[in-house]
Amino acid sequence: MNFNIAISTGSNTPIYKQITDQVWLAVITGKLAVGDQLPSVRALAEDLVVNPNTVARAYADLMRDGLIESRTGRGVFITRKRKVFTREEGWRRLEPLIDAAIGEAMAMDFTHGELREAFEKKLGQWKSPKGGNRSDE
Amino acid sequence: MNEKSVICTRGLTRYFGAKPAVHDLNLEVPRGCVFGFVGRNGSGKTTTIRMLLGLLQPTRGTGSVLGYDIHTLPPEARARIGYLTEEHQLYGWMSVKECGDFQSQFYPRWNEKIFLGAIGHFNLKPAARVKNLSRGERAGLCLGLTLAPEPELLVLDDPALGLDPVAHRSLVESMIYLTRRSDRTIFFSSHQLADVERVADYIAILDRSVLRVCCSLETFRNSVQQVRLRFPGPPPPLPDIPGLLQAFRAEGELRLTCVNYGAATEQALRALAPAQMEMVPISLEDVFISYLGERGEKSFILSETEAQP
Repeated sequence: MNFNIAISTGSNTPIYKQITDQVWLAVITGKLAVGDQLPSVRALAEDLVVNPNTVARAYADLMRDGLIESRTGRGVFITRKRKVFTREEGWRRLEPLIDAAIGEAMAMDFTHGELREAFEKKLGQWKSPKGGNRSDE
Repeated sequence: MNEKSVICTRGLTRYFGAKPAVHDLNLEVPRGCVFGFVGRNGSGKTTTIRMLLGLLQPTRGTGSVLGYDIHTLPPEARARIGYLTEEHQLYGWMSVKECGDFQSQFYPRWNEKIFLGAIGHFNLKPAARVKNLSRGERAGLCLGLTLAPEPELLVLDDPALGLDPVAHRSLVESMIYLTRRSDRTIFFSSHQLADVERVADYIAILDRSVLRVCCSLETFRNSVQQVRLRFPGPPPPLPDIPGLLQAFRAEGELRLTCVNYGAATEQALRALAPAQMEMVPISLEDVFISYLGERGEKSFILSETEAQP
């Protein structure tokens, strides 16, 4: 498994969020596949030298979002990504993120054209999610 | 007093002459947690710890540790507490092993494996003379001596003070390792917010003798928010904003740090009619500094236990 979590203290992002963000990113970019095992809470805590409750909190969030599941006595595994948010909820969460990015860009005097171009370019670097998990079943 | 609390104080106060070193302290430390006790130099952390362990008489107030009144801690209770002092006092003429043999005589319970494990973790040779040890090595030895009796409550007074990065990492690793036993409580004082962020479940902040914060780390972090307001022209003068800790003014922009951000604060900010308003993530250190910085309003007290009658 080509996957490593690294955390830093003093960041604007709390440690539990750094962990969940990195697991999400690894799944989205294909570094982690369905069925891959994650370290146990205790093992990851000792590896990262952080409080086990912080790792447990991160895993609980990932479980709630349907990204991982715990199989009794065997460990924590990446599971099929279930659709967790309704379309409306998804939009509600997405909008402020887009607003923030545009706001920052405007403050730095980027033009609409430049922004569109940058957005397209970035988007091209990501795989579009395959059918299933994003289609409106 | 609460059974779940390992440490509990009510109105604990200590004066040195006319000067209060600790004023009206209400502290509650739940069993099984890692508790970070933070404050600037001279804010009263060591004085508090010394009172908790019955080494210093409070001027007034009460407290209990492991269910015992701190005024009359019996030896049985003391044997269940591990205390690492700031100074790492040791006899220089002893060897590392002799320190262990000596210390073990004072405790009914002594786990030699833990002692050897701890000194091994800090790369100490049993035959080394204490007087030849570096500060980090002394810290490792003292930690081993403190851990070997398997204390239920571990009190570490600024354990990271003066440690090099390697010894420091060994210390933090040891603290994480100790959480394997869920019934063990670690109470440590520190200035190192990075350590608190890594290992602590709870945080208490002492500021100039007064307890300002006592809650879970997450509650503390969530309680302080930074908001950025953008204006087409110069930002308007600030009216009274509920919970405002700090304000930073730039061209066309106001950056405000607020505690207990809620509907009232939001309404007051909207009334300024900003062109744009967004929350900005903020680090633990920034939360700490905005809370204790000179411009911080002194009237805010953040506590999960305070609300109880």
